[in-house]
Amino acid sequence: MVCQPRTLVQPAVSRRRFTTAVQNSLSSERKPHFDKILIANRGEIACRVIRTAKKLGIKTVAVYSEVDANSLHVLEADEAYCIGPAPSAESYLRMDKIIDVCRRSGAQVGSVSSSVIYGFLSENAKFAERLAEEGIVFIGPPSSAIVSMGSKSESKNIMSAAGVPCVPGYHGANQDADLLFAEAEKIGYPVLIKAIHGGGGKGMRVVSSASQFKDALASAQRESLKSFGDEDVLVEKYIERPRHIEVQVFADTLGNAVSLWERDCSVQRRNQKIIEEAPAPGLSPDLRADLSAKAVAAAKAVNYVGAGTVEFIFDNDTEKFYFMEMNTRLQVEHPVTEMITGLDLVEWQLEVAAGNPLALSQVQIPLVGHAFEARIYAENPRNDFLPDSGPLLYLDTPKPTHVFARPIPPLPHNDSCSELDSVKRSPDTSTHMVPSMRLEQGFTQGAQIGVFYDPMIAKLVVHGRDRTSALRALRRALEEYKVVGVSTNVEFLRMLAGNGAFINGEVETGFIKKHYEDLFPAVESPSAELLAQAALFVALREHPIQSAGLSTPWTTLTSRRFGGDVYERTISIQPDDASADPTRVSLKSISPGHFDITVHSATPMTFTGVLARLVSPTTLSTTLNGASTEITIVSQRPPPSHPASRATNTMERLHVFSVSGTKTTLAIPSPAYLLSLGQGVLTLSKGALHAPMPSLVVEVKVSIGDRVEKGQPVVVLESMKTETVLRAEVAGVVNAVGCAKGEMVEEGRELVDIKEDE
Amino acid sequence: MQSVLKRATRSSIVFARRCRRYHASVLPSLISPASPEFREKANAMDLLVADLEVKLEHARQGGGPKAAERMRSRGKKLPRERLSLLLDPHTPFLELSPLAAHEVYPEHIPGAGMITGIGRISGRECMVVVNDATVKGGSYYPLTVKKHLRAQEIAREHGLPCVYVVESGGAALPHQANVFPDKEHFGRIFYNMAQMSALGIPQIALVHGISVAGGAYVPAMADENIIVAEQGRIFLAGPPLVKAATGEEVDEETLGGGLMHSSESGVTDHLARDDEHAIAIARGMVGDLGIAGWKATGPSAVPEDPVYPASELHGIVGTDSRQAFDMRDVIARIVDGSRFREFKKEYGPTMITGFAHVHGYEVGIVANNGILFSPSALKATHFIQLCSQRQIPLLFLVNVTGYMVGSKAERGGIAKDGAKMVRAVACADVPKLTVIVGGSFGAGNYGMAGRAYSPRFLWMWPNAKVSVMGSGQLSQVMATVSKDPNQHSSLKADIEAQSTALYSTARLWDDGVIKPVDTRDVVGLGLALATRERPTSRGRGSVGSTTWDGDGKGFGVFRM
Repeated sequence: MVCQPRTLVQPAVSRRRFTTAVQNSLSSERKPHFDKILIANRGEIACRVIRTAKKLGIKTVAVYSEVDANSLHVLEADEAYCIGPAPSAESYLRMDKIIDVCRRSGAQVGSVSSSVIYGFLSENAKFAERLAEEGIVFIGPPSSAIVSMGSKSESKNIMSAAGVPCVPGYHGANQDADLLFAEAEKIGYPVLIKAIHGGGGKGMRVVSSASQFKDALASAQRESLKSFGDEDVLVEKYIERPRHIEVQVFADTLGNAVSLWERDCSVQRRNQKIIEEAPAPGLSPDLRADLSAKAVAAAKAVNYVGAGTVEFIFDNDTEKFYFMEMNTRLQVEHPVTEMITGLDLVEWQLEVAAGNPLALSQVQIPLVGHAFEARIYAENPRNDFLPDSGPLLYLDTPKPTHVFARPIPPLPHNDSCSELDSVKRSPDTSTHMVPSMRLEQGFTQGAQIGVFYDPMIAKLVVHGRDRTSALRALRRALEEYKVVGVSTNVEFLRMLAGNGAFINGEVETGFIKKHYEDLFPAVESPSAELLAQAALFVALREHPIQSAGLSTPWTTLTSRRFGGDVYERTISIQPDDASADPTRVSLKSISPGHFDITVHSATPMTFTGVLARLVSPTTLSTTLNGASTEITIVSQRPPPSHPASRATNTMERLHVFSVSGTKTTLAIPSPAYLLSLGQGVLTLSKGALHAPMPSLVVEVKVSIGDRVEKGQPVVVLESMKTETVLRAEVAGVVNAVGCAKGEMVEEGRELVDIKEDE
Repeated sequence: MQSVLKRATRSSIVFARRCRRYHASVLPSLISPASPEFREKANAMDLLVADLEVKLEHARQGGGPKAAERMRSRGKKLPRERLSLLLDPHTPFLELSPLAAHEVYPEHIPGAGMITGIGRISGRECMVVVNDATVKGGSYYPLTVKKHLRAQEIAREHGLPCVYVVESGGAALPHQANVFPDKEHFGRIFYNMAQMSALGIPQIALVHGISVAGGAYVPAMADENIIVAEQGRIFLAGPPLVKAATGEEVDEETLGGGLMHSSESGVTDHLARDDEHAIAIARGMVGDLGIAGWKATGPSAVPEDPVYPASELHGIVGTDSRQAFDMRDVIARIVDGSRFREFKKEYGPTMITGFAHVHGYEVGIVANNGILFSPSALKATHFIQLCSQRQIPLLFLVNVTGYMVGSKAERGGIAKDGAKMVRAVACADVPKLTVIVGGSFGAGNYGMAGRAYSPRFLWMWPNAKVSVMGSGQLSQVMATVSKDPNQHSSLKADIEAQSTALYSTARLWDDGVIKPVDTRDVVGLGLALATRERPTSRGRGSVGSTTWDGDGKGFGVFRM
């Protein structure tokens, strides 16, 4: 079942609208909203913007690439335009096409000429300029701010000038050892000596005291020279336990800027965020005030307008923080800020872009409870978080309680409050509230994930009275999030959300590495209970479907045997691994709905009197060893045209989600005769090369009529960010080519057929 | 039953109507399960049922573990495994005469070397006949033939497609005189196959092993068949006989292997890789039968469990046929909602007649509650005519010692009135089902649709007795007509032994001994079969053969 957040009734919305209306009516020069906006993005963020636009009565225009024609953002928008083929560079990044759509869609309805953009190009200054030239409003900062913040060195200079701390360091050309030492002394230990051209940890030394500096420098230079042919180094403050803390700022065109508090996004993999929270755990009100003040100062320094994020690196040991960069867009993790402030940041963006002042002053901005966002990615955490791709064959999500953030009444306006006091806050954890949950998703069951674009499937956003209750809600929601078709990080996120150190707020950027053992416990082979349940599922789902008319005892007296026979079945099940041995599970029906089960594993296990029934086609209820549980099992059948073999992707696979949400994939080996038949087909079509998984065709190295030798590369595919070279299995002549460069091919597609030499 | 209840709440109209119709008809339960008598009877029946279960389990093992292992080692599935794979998962199977040939032959021939029964394949009820090659290579003993023919008879009467799972060496040669020549012998199997095919009842054969001589005609006569490669063999004579007859030396595979028959002779239609493959093909075949065979019809009412537990049947009936019990207590534990609309309740009270439903199917029940007197016989006759007129199937619940004897009864014309009942039973134009709950003695057996009256099914409870008269009476009769006391006692013991359910079922005088608690379900399955719709005749009417009702229906399917 797929939850549909759109259909949820949200009683709070009307109140929220009311407050907005009150404030709006107070401002006499309130400028009207846009009539129509164009959203130059896809996926969940596009859907997110559309939802707010719909709430405000603003029409939406979506753009999409050819492969996204049936995606959710296209269906939900009022109008949608195709802007080119799948690769982003040919569609979502094409300014000309998007500007063209702006004109076309605006002209069509003859409305206000302002169309507006979010998107892939949101941090592209040139795009902002082009739009300005066209007279199209860009919902985002002025291009000058984008330019300033786009350059690391320039932004650091501006920030330093504005009193925003940057990571102390020496990046100069003078490589005199004494000078470097002096710089190190100035920075303060520990420092990091890093080869300028370095990488992969080579030519890098951490120095924790002055006495070690010279030796470390010499060895770093030696290593750098050896590895990179150059011995230039830089010296920077070394932060042992850094955290990634960022502040959400908002500025209007009238020069007002506020902080919407900070977020902690420290726990990362592959330098990308996967879990974010607001507020950052363990910050004192003073520290929070300091962060907010510096972030607002940063925004003001570049005359910022709209939503921006000022990212800091935070030293867990010294509690000092340093400016890293400013993101000039609404970020993926913005919902956690919305949750603790009760605001709709997209609505704020539209207000600001329309030229209206910020709805709340700093002192009015709530800071209530604690929020988490978990990003659900199609990826393989156990394989270094490599992205995965494929169809969402089955998607069952927890039921969101809210579509937008639960509104929180703004604090009273207080003119006498000093600027610093207005940001010196602790989160309000005194209000009793039921945890709320939002689900931001851009895909529905059946969608293709992660071949051309970011493999993020959805975001789970929870808000609770405090950090522990929010985490509890997050774990629960993750348990209920079930995906079949691609591997996901759901289980990893669940482990993370239940990790003791994480619960204690001991976050840092090196968290995953530090707690690797705990986060990735050894994979256990499927338990006898699980195998028994899988076998019961197989047996029970074949229960004859009752016809519409009155049922005859030939269907209602299920598996009853009269006259001495016993209903017995043996089902073989193996882990999702071609080399694994199948385990036989025998079921014996002892009375309707009751089974005696023997799992013939190394140490056979017998369960007697197991009560089992299918509650739905994917829900199995069992009472096994006295424990009554309901688990979800999703069957994934192989493409019917796939000849059977010992590879598990030609078998029926069962994805079993335990009560705790743990997913185990099992395969049902094909019977011997199907293997034999499959072998026959495979022998007949030895020359045919099929896509082993859904992938992108990077290169087709042959064309019809070419002669190929056995082992010669024929097609290069890319899947899961890894290239696979398909080689000819026989020598012969290319008979057919079934794919083209740049094409997305599904699993099992015949790519090339080679006619074997006689 | 849950789905059934759900359905009941859904169709509130049916519910309301049912309430009005039956609110006064629920049978009361007057038994006292705690009484010592009840407990004694229950214990005795428990023992009998336990003994039955032991015997069934033994029969289920077929030729034993050694023979099973031998089959397995050749990559073959065991007969019951084949059966299980063939049937739709999670559907019932009504096995017939599993104790056939029990202690009949000097050697142990469990189930007469054959499993027969009705089960669902691809959503259709089919008659399944499986040779058990673990028992003497699946060869046909006289009772094997009888069991095969009985299965075919049931299939024909109910229009059930037949699936023959063949692995048999043919007739058991030492028994050939009792297997081969007579009307109801081996040849009849193929006669039946031909006629059923012509009647539009599909005949399907799977050849898993040897299928030789007479056995070769099962696949050859089938409408469509499958052979397992390098395992199934079909030939009229095996290599030794061929050598003896013509001098030709040939191995089995060349002589009658799957590949040869599928590619050259055309004797087989499908070549399977292994047992499982053959069964998968057969399941597909049944799925593709189109409109052939008769159509199952649903019940006319919403099925409902009886009010009282079936487990009490043990203590109600007991095992001593001389101990009387009220058959209404049995009916109350078999019929839907324990509702029984009794007909002529006050007249001829040793006979109980009335209408009820079993698993939603309407049924007219004729049951004994004592010796048959003239009024009882007349009442039954009247009731049978009612059911015949209304096309309601009849269920006979038998516990009869016979028709009343003595001058008063004879003067009252008991023979004439008994004959009326027998005539009515013989000619009733509705399906009859018989369950022998207690005794079935003498002419009572005829009036209560004994085997000779061709009930669609006849089942016995483990305690049931069938004989010409009770052993007590019999020895008294013998004492008056014969002077040799030794003969009396041995005869009494013989009659005693020959009247048991086990003796009967071993000789296929019934379709199986059932557990009392299964009666309702077994009868329900039987009624579901009995109410199958016969296809309307496409024939020319009543001209043509008098021994063959397939006129106008051609010859069935010839194998080309």
